[in-house]
Amino acid sequence: MAVEQSRTQAPARAGEQPTARAGEQTRIHDIGYRSYDGPRLGRAYARRSLYSQSLRGAYGLGRSAKSKVLPMLLFTVMCVPALIMVAVAVATQANDLPVDYTRYAVIMQALIGLYLASQAPQAVSRDLRFKTVPLYFSRPIETADYVRAKYAGLASALFILTAAPLVVLYVGALLAKLDFTDQTKGFAQGLLSVALLSLLFAGIGLVISAVTPRRGFGVAAVIAVMTISYGAVSVVQAIAFEQSSSDVIPWLGLFSPITLIDGVQSAFLGASSAFPGGVGPSNGQGVVYVLVVLGLIAGCYGLLMRRYRKVGL
Amino acid sequence: MIATESLSKRFPRVTALDRLSVDVGPGVTGLVGANGAGKSTLIKILLGLSPATEGRAEVLGFDVADPSSGGAIRERVGYMPEHDCLPPDVSATEFVVHMARMSGLPPTAARERTADTLRHVGLYEERYRPIGGYSTGMKQRVKLAQALVHDPQMVFLDEPTNGLDPVGRDEMLGLIRRIHTDFGISVLVTSHLLGELERTCDHVVVIDGGKLLRSSSTKDFTQITTTLAIEVTDTDEHPDGTRVMREALHARGVETHEGAGLPGAGHILLLTAQGEETYDLVRDVVADLGLGLVRMEQRRHHISEVFKDGDERADVPADATDVRKEAVGHGG
Repeated sequence: MAVEQSRTQAPARAGEQPTARAGEQTRIHDIGYRSYDGPRLGRAYARRSLYSQSLRGAYGLGRSAKSKVLPMLLFTVMCVPALIMVAVAVATQANDLPVDYTRYAVIMQALIGLYLASQAPQAVSRDLRFKTVPLYFSRPIETADYVRAKYAGLASALFILTAAPLVVLYVGALLAKLDFTDQTKGFAQGLLSVALLSLLFAGIGLVISAVTPRRGFGVAAVIAVMTISYGAVSVVQAIAFEQSSSDVIPWLGLFSPITLIDGVQSAFLGASSAFPGGVGPSNGQGVVYVLVVLGLIAGCYGLLMRRYRKVGL
Repeated sequence: MIATESLSKRFPRVTALDRLSVDVGPGVTGLVGANGAGKSTLIKILLGLSPATEGRAEVLGFDVADPSSGGAIRERVGYMPEHDCLPPDVSATEFVVHMARMSGLPPTAARERTADTLRHVGLYEERYRPIGGYSTGMKQRVKLAQALVHDPQMVFLDEPTNGLDPVGRDEMLGLIRRIHTDFGISVLVTSHLLGELERTCDHVVVIDGGKLLRSSSTKDFTQITTTLAIEVTDTDEHPDGTRVMREALHARGVETHEGAGLPGAGHILLLTAQGEETYDLVRDVVADLGLGLVRMEQRRHHISEVFKDGDERADVPADATDVRKEAVGHGG
């Protein structure tokens, strides 16, 4: 084969090198070039490597000490209330946890939003800003691999952030000898809900951040989208509630990420709605909620693919 | 290693490559062209990242148009981009390990190869510090290391000497030479500076406006004459040194002309060097007249000009490296 031939034609390949260099005293450690004959694990492995690097990066691991501060702080703050609740439940011999599993993420949504705003841009804007993207595409991976690895990485990071306190609650509930079946069911519903939340939030965060190579803009834009949409939806819902037109409240919930998740879980995952007056969507509306959530996740993925097809080299 | 056949790439407004047919064998091959000549476009096509409009190209025996071969090519080829591509907040070691894994190396091998490769490109203790604090020369070495870390069969180096000072430039060129001689990896290196490539490369391909101007071994260049620029001082004895010099050269049968319109016109004599003798002749004439020799250097105006009309005027004896080389193709 032509390839092999040219390879062996090369003048001084690996093996001869150490002897050739032995006399050179200036660099003691120079043992010459060694070629690599080991396995090359290919595209799927590269994608997994990028995934784990993105996931670690989302908690500042493998990056500077400074970049560990915020994600670790947010993670701690996310778990502390759960610990306190558990402590109270155990101490007071309560019959139930003070907060439902499904409700926890909704209450802590500001923190989740903050985490997303800080980590989504670092996941993608850094590569764009420092033009590392072309290096990735000079490797065996392709656009889809990059997008999937980044999406999965951030979604997993969000899932860890949102599921960890649920685990704390669940373990605490079992320690407090609460009803096992009830707690397990609630825990499972909670996990499903935060999984959906992680996918949705990661998608929205990544699409916004992938537009700009500037991290600052990305952070601001994600915060803006998260808070403004939630603020607007809550205000309009509150007005609707005051004017006793409760029918529109569930429909309004379709317009912000966290209320979407809230709607899905109150329709199907046994959660009590956080909407004004507790007016959650009906089952029919719940289907619309699920479709919108899935549509948004798919849409975000599609937009990211389109974005990266252009970035290329 | 690389073969293209009437390879063309047309964008809506520009033609980046125009029926380019070249063959690149093992060794160090220089790809020379002004900015916008189509060098980077060619590399993109060769990496299987951008489809050619027409024609075909093969890299290491893989057809780039075949969708399944893109990954195979990129696994066996290293690429060092022209632009900055390093995240500042990670260390060189971490970054190169990551890129090694992205090329498919298992974790342990990735770490070993990274340590080896960084040492080979000349990064030692500093490799544990964040890249943000590196000098341009160190960054270029990291970029080179990430292209070599997976032990490719061939590397594409896009303007590796960009932004380096003369010393850094020489070190980088030496390193590129070693990639082939010591590591056994073939190299395709682009530059807009012909001078530095002819020192390093076995073979030089010159393209301009997406067209092949010339593809030949650097040995061929050494046979060929070159334009020489000479500047001398005036002395009390010869108030107009340039004129005296011109007359003295004429007397010995050497035609000179003044590079009108060029920087230093009026003080500079241009002549066609026929080989070693011309350099000696100039030295002797200057010494006889008692003038001071300010400069004697190869002059080129534009790559296309150098290679137009074949052998009329072209290049440098390889052993005349003490003569300062002029940058070519600054316009571009």
